[in-house]
Order: sequence, then C-alpha cells, then structure tokens
Amino acid sequence: MILPVWNESQKRSALILFGIASAGAGISIAIGEIGARFSKIWACLSSFALKNSIPTALLTPLSMIIQCSILIGFISVSVMFMVWWERKVSAHMQNRLGPMFTGGWHGWAQTIADAIKLLLKEDIIPAEANPWVHRLAPIVAFVPAFLCYAALPFGEGLISADLDIGILYIFAISGLSVLGIVMAGWGSGNKYSLLGGLRAAAQSVSYEIPRVLSVVPILMMVGSLKLTSIANVQTGFWQIAGIPVLPKWFIFYPIVGQIAFLIFLISSVAETNRTPFDIAEAESELVAGFHTEYSGMKFSFFFLAEYAYVFLSSGLTTVLFLGGGSGPILPSWSWFLLKSFAVVFLFLWFRWTFPRLRVDRLMEFTWKFLLPWSFVNILITGFILLF
Amino acid sequence: MISNDFSYLKDYGQIGVFLLFGLFFASFSLFLAWLLRTRNNDPLFPTTYECGSEPIGSSFVQMNVRFYLFALLFVIFDVETLFIYPWAVAYKSLGIIGFFEMVIFIAILFIGLIYAWRKSALKWEQ
Repeated sequence: MILPVWNESQKRSALILFGIASAGAGISIAIGEIGARFSKIWACLSSFALKNSIPTALLTPLSMIIQCSILIGFISVSVMFMVWWERKVSAHMQNRLGPMFTGGWHGWAQTIADAIKLLLKEDIIPAEANPWVHRLAPIVAFVPAFLCYAALPFGEGLISADLDIGILYIFAISGLSVLGIVMAGWGSGNKYSLLGGLRAAAQSVSYEIPRVLSVVPILMMVGSLKLTSIANVQTGFWQIAGIPVLPKWFIFYPIVGQIAFLIFLISSVAETNRTPFDIAEAESELVAGFHTEYSGMKFSFFFLAEYAYVFLSSGLTTVLFLGGGSGPILPSWSWFLLKSFAVVFLFLWFRWTFPRLRVDRLMEFTWKFLLPWSFVNILITGFILLF
Repeated sequence: MISNDFSYLKDYGQIGVFLLFGLFFASFSLFLAWLLRTRNNDPLFPTTYECGSEPIGSSFVQMNVRFYLFALLFVIFDVETLFIYPWAVAYKSLGIIGFFEMVIFIAILFIGLIYAWRKSALKWEQ
C-alpha cells in the first residue's frame, strides 16, 4: 500500500488549506444563494403587493435598497475575509502561522476584532490639517469603490445595473477615488501624507491609461461595452477536430489575449497601490503615505476602499479575460467567485514575490513599456480581425 | 433615429440609489464611531506626525514639477482613449477603412508619446 506518510507540518498545511477553501466556500454559498434567489424572492414580494393593493411605485426603491444592502454586505464580508486571508497567506509564505488565537480556529475572527477595535479608536485631526478635507477624504475614496460594484456582473442575472457602457462606467468611477487620496494627502497637513498622496495620484493616473487601453482588443472582438455581453461571448470551447481543447476565454486568444491580460493585471495591481507598486505608502520612506494621519473608522474606510478595489479588479479580470461565470456543473456565481478569488490570490502572491519599484522606474515602466505595447496590441487585434 | 425606449434610465436611477446608499453607509459608520470612540484631550495628540520628533517647517513642502507633467500627459492620453473606445465597439462594421484610420490616429498618438519622451518629460530626474 503506497500512501504518503505525512509529518506534522504537512498535516497542518493540508488542514489550513482545507480550512481556507472551506471558509471561502461557506461565505460564497451564503452570499451567492441569497443573490441568486433574489429574483424569486422579489417575484413573491411583488405578487403579494399586487394582491394587497400596495402601490408598486414603492417597491422599486425598496428593491434598489435591498440590492445595495446585499452588495455592501458582500463588500464588508469579502474584505474581512481578504484581510484575514492576506495575513494567513503572507504568514505562510514567510514560514509563520499568522493570526491563530482570535475566534479559536486559525484566528478566523481576527478581522472582526480589528474592525471593532477600529470603531472604538479615538479620532485625531492634526492641528495643521484642513479639518473638512480631512474628514471627507475617506468618504470620497470609499463611495466610488462601492458605486463600481453596481455594474459588476457576479454571474448570470446577478447584476444590479446592467449598463450599456458598463466597462467605461467602472473605469470612469474608479478613477474618482484618486480624488479622495489627493484630498487625504493635502488635507492632513503632513509632509508624508502630501508626498504619498501626490505619488499615489501620479501613479494611478499613469497606470490608468494602459489599463483602459488593454481592454480595447476585447471591445473590438465583442463590439459592446456591456459587461454581461462580454462575459457571455466567452462561453463554450475552442475545438480542434471536434474535441474541445480550451474554453473560449479571452486570455486564451493567441498573442493578443495574453498581452492584454498581462497589461491589465499589472496596471490593476498598480492602480490599487499594492506591492510591488506601493511607493505611495512605502513604509520605509513615507511612514504610511496618504493615510499617515488617519486613525479609527476613517482609516478603516481607506482600507475598505483598497480591498474593495482589489476584489473589483479581480472581478473585472474574471469578466474580461476568464469567461465571467461560465463553467460546468456549479452555478455561475460560484465560478465567478472562484476565479475572482484565484486572481485575488495572485495579488497576494505578488506582494511577497516582487521587490518594490523605485519611483522613476515605476513611471518609466508604464509610459515607456506598457503604453506602447497596449497600442501595438490594438493594432495587432485590428489586423487579425480584418482577415 | 431617436429611440423612445427610456428603460435604460432605470439603471442610472439604480446608480443614484447606490450613491445615496454609499454616502449614507459611510457617514453612518463615521457617526457610529463618533458615538462610541474614546476621547483624549492630550495637547500632544493633534501635532503633526514626523516620526516622533518636532515637526520642522511647514507641511506644504515644495513638490517635484514632474507630478504636474504626468498629470498633463494623463489628460491628453485619457481623452484620446475616449476616442478609441467608440471606434473599438464599431470596429467590425467599419472594415478596412476603419483600420487604417485608427492606424493613423494611433501613429499620431505615438509621435506625441515619442515627442514627450525625447523632451525627457517621461524622466523622473533631470
């Protein structure tokens, strides 16, 4: 009988991997099932309203508010999960254990405890700060992140506002968050904040352009800006002699798909100011960058916005390149979440793999490398589509 | 041809509700934190943080002019990407003429980029 003999640490690692997987699955089942049954629940509710002659004009705002609540719940839970996950992943990549005590099982309640702690922390507004800019900045940074989720398709029928210009809307709104970061940097009255805010702004706007241009090949092939139709195009398989070889995802399009995916992924990481592109909050030179002077709930809103953008970028990558919710057997929302969290894992992995870029190299990388290549990619796609 | 179908406006209404809800959520959480948080009147707390030592000079230090140059470049290229988007959506119906038009457009953009490059506007240090 050949069975692997596992030692203690291997057993532990296997258990932890299993734990992470089951925790993720549990959270997604809870949220996805509520969302997927939303239309049924809604149909029951509206027929009930018709029977009891409640005006339907009241129901539409109610439906909108329920959708908002589901999404804000999803953002909070997924951010809490991602923070814990990031701590666990970084710990294991460094041969540590990470949070182990809070909540009993592998410190699963650590982020919840942190959130309560942040709620109770005192609020400091520096004497030199511009108080109202300082107060408003976290709101300005967070609200666009939440707005973007309105147009993100979480699977078949799981989209709040299926805009005809979905992808353009998400790019435009997510660009607004830079304003919050600049406000935080300017309003704090701190040298580190000011420099961090400006660096973050310069970096975000520079990486915005290759990010927006890298999507153009997909738009040329699909002929639509609607995210649901972009996701729907990618169902099915490419076949060689009748045998399905690869799913019809854009990442598998020869040459064009891979270049676009790489540019989009790199600039997404840079957009969210994460390592290796985190010079905006480089601890060793700028303390914490634009949120140096923030504490308590205001700080946690910057944190929430950052992680919300991490998931948003992963979700967009899934919809644009990895076929959205297409997949066998499992319902579409679970495929979407699986693929998105796989991309989130890439984000976490990058953090412990690449060293931080210097500011001049960072800027040269986007303007002299990513931007020309995204132009070339558009031309290649145009050329391929002609024939 | 002007379409009389305005049902798409419902989606924008939805986004308006999202905006209100997001603002409400953020301000309510901050209000909750205001109710619950501890308070401390230590005179040292509102001083500017500079790694523990006394802050030196004004906080509004002189900034590198590069930030403005990159912001300007961003505005130029971002407007041009806006022109590329409708072209990309209509590409399949434009055919070969559309392709060459875009080649010319991108070539002009590229010349602009090379100009900025040659003028060392893309260089962080002189």
